[in-house]
Amino acid sequence: MSSQAQLLPGTLDLLILKAVSLGPLHGYGILLRIGQISNQALLIEQGALYPALFRLVRQGLLTASWGTSENNRRAKFYELTITGRKRFREETQDWNRLASAIAVALAAQPEEL
Amino acid sequence: MSLFISLRSLVSTLLHHSPPDGEMEEELRSHIQHRADDLERSGLGRAEAEHRARVEFGGYERYRQESHEALGGQFFQTLWQDICFGLRVLCKNPGFTAVAVLTLAFGIGANAVVFSVLNALILRPLNVPQSQSLFMIEPGGESTPTQSYPDYVDLRDRNRSFEGLAAYDMAPAGLNAGGKASPVWLYETSGNYFDVLNIRPYLGRFFHRSDEHGPNGSPYIVLSYGYWQSHFQGDPGVVGRTVQLNQHPFTILGVAPPEFRGSELLFAPDFWVPIMNTEQVLGANRLNDRASEGIWLVGHLKPGVTPAQATDDLASVAAYLGKNYPKEDGKISFSLSRPGLVGNMLGRPVRAFVSGLMLLAGLILLAACANLGSLFAARAADRAREIALRLALGSSRKRILRQLLTEAVLVSLIGGVAGLLGGIVLLHWLSAWQPVPNMPVNLPVNPDASVYGVALLLALASGLLFGMVPVRQVLRSDPWQVVKSGSLSSVGRRFAARDLLLVLQIAICAVLVTSSLVAVRGLVRSLHSNFGFRPQGVMLVDTDLDMGGYSGDRVAPMQRRMLDAVETIPGATAVGLSDRLPLSLGWNSSSVFSDNTADLSLSKAAAEALTYNISPGYFTAAGTAMLAGRIFTWHDDAHAPRVAVVNQEFARRVLGSATDAVGRYFKREDGTRIEVVGLVEDGKYKTLTEDPQPAMFLPILQSPSSATFLLIRSDRDPRQLAEAIDGKLRALDPGLPLKIKTWNTELNSALFASRVATIALGVLGALGAMLAITGIFGMAAYSVSKRLRELGIRIALGAQRREVLRAALGRAWRLLAIGSVVGLLLGIAASRMLSAIVYQATPRDPLVLGGVVLAMLLLGLLATWIPAQRALAADPLALLREQ
Repeated sequence: MSSQAQLLPGTLDLLILKAVSLGPLHGYGILLRIGQISNQALLIEQGALYPALFRLVRQGLLTASWGTSENNRRAKFYELTITGRKRFREETQDWNRLASAIAVALAAQPEEL
Repeated sequence: MSLFISLRSLVSTLLHHSPPDGEMEEELRSHIQHRADDLERSGLGRAEAEHRARVEFGGYERYRQESHEALGGQFFQTLWQDICFGLRVLCKNPGFTAVAVLTLAFGIGANAVVFSVLNALILRPLNVPQSQSLFMIEPGGESTPTQSYPDYVDLRDRNRSFEGLAAYDMAPAGLNAGGKASPVWLYETSGNYFDVLNIRPYLGRFFHRSDEHGPNGSPYIVLSYGYWQSHFQGDPGVVGRTVQLNQHPFTILGVAPPEFRGSELLFAPDFWVPIMNTEQVLGANRLNDRASEGIWLVGHLKPGVTPAQATDDLASVAAYLGKNYPKEDGKISFSLSRPGLVGNMLGRPVRAFVSGLMLLAGLILLAACANLGSLFAARAADRAREIALRLALGSSRKRILRQLLTEAVLVSLIGGVAGLLGGIVLLHWLSAWQPVPNMPVNLPVNPDASVYGVALLLALASGLLFGMVPVRQVLRSDPWQVVKSGSLSSVGRRFAARDLLLVLQIAICAVLVTSSLVAVRGLVRSLHSNFGFRPQGVMLVDTDLDMGGYSGDRVAPMQRRMLDAVETIPGATAVGLSDRLPLSLGWNSSSVFSDNTADLSLSKAAAEALTYNISPGYFTAAGTAMLAGRIFTWHDDAHAPRVAVVNQEFARRVLGSATDAVGRYFKREDGTRIEVVGLVEDGKYKTLTEDPQPAMFLPILQSPSSATFLLIRSDRDPRQLAEAIDGKLRALDPGLPLKIKTWNTELNSALFASRVATIALGVLGALGAMLAITGIFGMAAYSVSKRLRELGIRIALGAQRREVLRAALGRAWRLLAIGSVVGLLLGIAASRMLSAIVYQATPRDPLVLGGVVLAMLLLGLLATWIPAQRALAADPLALLREQ
């Protein structure tokens, strides 16, 4: 457990967009996908996913439709909308810029100043 | 079931645009099922797997809520959440909720009741068609709206502003519908009464103007619906039946509709008869006497005629009357008033009093709101940490305020419904109440839609009002500070607004306590004041020989026989007779002139004296003190010189002085010279609040009257005495309707107004006191609990009990003192209004002032007792350990 990292605020949305960008998923599937692509390194309480999902739907970044899951259960599947895809690209770039900037900053050594 | 489903879908489409509640639930459940499937695959049992899945999901309810918020929900959806959350919060604090709901229930209940009375007596006009244009004609400058019949005929025929003008008055009579005669109350009305008021019969027909065929020519009866139900069992066959009214045959024409209860709100008659037959009803014909005023006029204005135009029109009729009948109508003038409450006579004081009551009730509600406002503010301060956390977690202030307001409105609605229910019970009881025995007087105050509407509005308004109090507090709260220090800092200043509310509330309470004390004191005083007679130990027999068919020369001998009969009852110490009683309903007055006045027109009268026709034994039986001269004897009859006994005020006004009144003369309207043979003390005649009135007493043999009150003074048990009297009189004439009661019972009607006023003010005062107690208690308890730690330290450092109390409760006591003084001053100002209704109501009475101070002190003690105990019991060790 201690090897898992808490999410920074706002990053859950980005992860959801990423997970869904790889193909339509239902809520539990999104969690599994995030776990899979992050090598289980991130700690997300399962319920916390849903407020975020509904927010993204409301912002028009995701659409949802009911379908049948691989377990043969009814489930709601989420997909990126066009605005969602665009926003995902922008936010990925933003995140990368931020991450590399912070990485550079944190890597700074006294002799470089 | 399908109905339920379709209803649910309707509701869900109304409430939710985006995923309905059920859909969200399904999605969350589906998630848990999927997780459980995975866990099951890893080797767990199904039940265990589902349990684990639910645990891993986290706070289901919380995420559901947050999901709702994330959806941005519709207005109603958020509202619904707020309501659910509010209810949960309220259920968690049952004490707080109970206090808040009760406070409001009392506040709104009181308002609903008072508004209902206001609505019934003032706002809601008489229950007749087009009642907005209905007016009463009153003679100007007189306290009663009465007119004479000849003046009525002139007004009816000469005015140009009324569609029609009807006349009516009220009278008791004896009705014999087969069996025993029983006393009834009726309206004598002009033939056009029902047509002018535009009432349609429920059964049979009404009488009309075409049915008037001169005196005693219209022996018709129209029954009221209530009397028809109670005495004729709703039998439709009564139409056309002949009954005996005062031993005269009358034909029942029809039944009035249930919603029409006569043209006076407080006085519902048993039936109506044409005024043409007044001689058979009252025993005297006043239809041709222009000086005998006793009937009331009412009518609809013509469309487009304003009250001002009508008044001008009536002025021209008055000028005509003054010119043609200078003796009776020399200075007559007319004005319009609202019908229903005996014109302005009852209308003005009732309107003033009920409006005053409404104001007080409003103040009580305001006090309740102030109270709840400070309660909510205190709670918002207690919940500061919760609110700060919610703010810190990103909840908007708007959302939090909305939640707090929803809670407040929820409380106020629950309280409003509870109050209204209580109010309705009280109002039904009031409507069924018969304050004056043997008379159809009651208060028709059943609530209607407007009462419910007002109660609902008040509930909503007060909810918003006290809900707004903590708003500023929430808006200003800085989550960082709160989370760090645990509560808001700067305790001292934060309560300035609450202090003001509390002072306001205590002041309102003091106003109420002052006015109810003033009223109670006035009532007590009026019960012990000198009436000019001693009602204790006197039994009355109320009858009218008319009702037994006696008239003319047969009246006086019968009265004599009755007196002789009751005199022989063992234990009767004195018996007497009078045609009317002081302080009963109705009175007789006539103009008197000083002996040297030659011009006997009404404007030259020395006084308008109340007139009582009495037997020789009356003063002894009534207990009226004789100051000089002699009482009447049976020799003061029609053949003897005319004599009178007068009271002191009469002597002062008509004879010039009270000391040597005996032996002097005065004149009556018809010019008769009357010698004063006796002088009696002043008393109360019309109302308890009147100024001294001139009164004269005439021997019954010289001015006969069939109206008869027998007075029997005795120390015997009233019930036995009543039986003995009944036996004696029945032996004389079994057909005479009698009412036997104590004089004190009869007086209830005279004390009715001040009793109602006192009860109403007492109830409101008690309510106000209760609210003040909860208000001070809340404030004191809160400040003690906030400072408990400080107090504990003080005690540990050796503070005395006095100092601890001062520190803990000094503020509450200061506020109480300020509020009480303000309230007392306001109360004194308000009590002036009361003096019109309650006898000798004056706030400048040491007992009242002392009582108010004492009451407020007791309230303060009561309210701060528990907090004080808690402050004194502060255990420094325990407190320090806790924090």
